[in-house]
Amino acid sequence: MKTADISTMESITVNSAEAKPIVSVRNVHKTYPGGVEALNNISIDFPEGKLTTLLGPSGCGKTTLLKIIAGLLPATSGDILVEGKPVTGPGPERAFVFQDFALMPWANTMRNVAFGLELRGVSRSERESVAERYIEKVGLKGFEKKYPHELSGGMRQRVGLARALAVNAKVLLMDEPFSAVDEQTRRKFQEELLELVANERKTFIFVTHSIEEAVYVSDRIVLLHRRPSRVHAIIEPHITRDVDPEKIRRQPEYLDAVESIWQSLKQYLD
Amino acid sequence: MNIAGYRLPLFSSLILWAILWEILGHTDAKLILPPLSAIFFRIVEIVPTKLFIDALAITGKAFFIGTAIAICVGIPLGVLMGRSKLADDLLMPWVKVFLSAPLSAMVPIIMVLAGIGEATIILTVVLFAIWIVMLNARAGVMNISPSLVDMSRSFGASMYQSFVHIYLWAALPEIIAGIRLGLIRAVKGVIVGQLLVSVVGFGTLFDIYLAHFLMEHFWAVLLVIFAFAFTINELLAWAERSVRYYAASR
Repeated sequence: MKTADISTMESITVNSAEAKPIVSVRNVHKTYPGGVEALNNISIDFPEGKLTTLLGPSGCGKTTLLKIIAGLLPATSGDILVEGKPVTGPGPERAFVFQDFALMPWANTMRNVAFGLELRGVSRSERESVAERYIEKVGLKGFEKKYPHELSGGMRQRVGLARALAVNAKVLLMDEPFSAVDEQTRRKFQEELLELVANERKTFIFVTHSIEEAVYVSDRIVLLHRRPSRVHAIIEPHITRDVDPEKIRRQPEYLDAVESIWQSLKQYLD
Repeated sequence: MNIAGYRLPLFSSLILWAILWEILGHTDAKLILPPLSAIFFRIVEIVPTKLFIDALAITGKAFFIGTAIAICVGIPLGVLMGRSKLADDLLMPWVKVFLSAPLSAMVPIIMVLAGIGEATIILTVVLFAIWIVMLNARAGVMNISPSLVDMSRSFGASMYQSFVHIYLWAALPEIIAGIRLGLIRAVKGVIVGQLLVSVVGFGTLFDIYLAHFLMEHFWAVLLVIFAFAFTINELLAWAERSVRYYAASR
C-alpha cells in the first residue's frame, strides 16, 4: 500500500496486539484547573515488552498522558492500571526519562545514576556497583566523577537513561528524550534505543513529536489528535529491524508509515 | 587594576587611599581624622584592654544569636513562601515593607518592648537580617526546575527526601547569598542597636570616646568593625563561589 489509508490501518492493528497489556489506560479524562481540556476519554493498552509511542502535534496531551501514567499528575477521571493494579502515584515498576534530563547539577554522574536506589535506601556500595554497570552500558565509563555541566547534552541524557535503567523498572516512560540533543546524536540514540528494546525485557512508552523518530523506533504508534484530544489511530509499522540500521530508513514499510501518518496529521496544522 | 600596561597587585588602590589618609591626618584635618598610622597603634593598644574585649564579647554574642535566629527562622519561612501560595500572600507584604523601611527608627519600639539591654540588640539584629534571608530562600525555591521535583517524585522520594535532596540543594546558591546579605545587615543592626541603646558593648565605647573627643580611639574601633564586616562578606562570597559550578546550570 503506497498511501496507506488510516482507517484500514486501524482495522488491521486493533486486533493484532498479541502481547498482553502491562499498562492499561481506561477512559482517562484530564481537565486542567481553569477548564483547559487536555485529554478526552483516552483508552489505550500498552503491550508488554514493546515500545509504544505516543505521537501527535504539540498540545495533543501526549506528555500529560505520560505524566498521568507515571503518577506525577492525577487524572480527572478514568483509571490507569499497571499489571492490573490501579495507579495512585509514582511506583517502583515505572521509571521516567525526562526531556530536559532532570539531573541534579550538584551531583556527579555516579550519584545521579544511583539516585533512584539512594532514595530506596540501598547501601552505598551496592547502589554504586549497580550504577557502575549501567554507566558502562550507556557508554559513559570514565565519566563517573564528572558533573552534569561538564557533559554534553547527549551524555547528560545518557545519565538520565542510566538512572532510569538502574532502578530496574518494568516500564520505562520516556518524554521526548532525544529532542534536546543534536540531530547526529539523536540518530545514534534511536539506534541504541532499538538495541535496548531488543535486549532489555522492558516495556517502553515513548513520547515524541517526530514522525520519523516514531516510525523508526516503535512497535506501535498511538496517534493522538487535539481539540478534542483523543486516540485517532493505532499503527503498527511492520518494519524489519534485524538489518543494518541505515537500511531501516530506506524500507518501503518505513517510508509508507511516515507518509500515512503525515497525511493524517496534516489536517490538524494551524 | 592595570596602569600603563602594568598589572598592579590586589589592594593597591587601598594602599593609595591609605597613603592619602595618612597625609591628610598630618594636616589640620587631624582633629577629626587622625593619621592612619596613629589609629593602627591605637588598635594595638586598646584591643587587648578589658573594656574592648568585654564590648566585643557582648557584641559578638548579640550578633551570633541574632543571625542564628534570622537564619534558622528565615530559611524555613522562605522555603514555605516559595512552596505555598497562601504563606507567600501572607508574608510577602511584610518582607517588602521591612526590606525598604528605615529599620533604625523601629529600635526605640523594640527598646520599649524588650528593655534597654541585650535582648533589644538581639532583636534589632534579627529585624535587620531576617527579611533578605527569607526573600532569597523564597527565590531559590521558586526557581527550582519543575522537572527536578518531578524526577525526585517519580523515583519515589518522600516529602522529607525531596526537601533534603532537592529543594535545599537546588536553592543553596540563593540561600547562601541571602545569608551573606543578611549577615552584612546584621552588622548594621548590632551597631545601630548599640548606638541607640548606648549602654551596651561598642555603644558604650563610642559614647565614652566621643564624649572625650578621643578620635583615634573612635576610629580604631570603627576600623575593627569594618574589617569584621568585610571578612564576613568575603567568607560567604567564597562559599557562594563554591556552589557556582552548578548555580548557572540549574
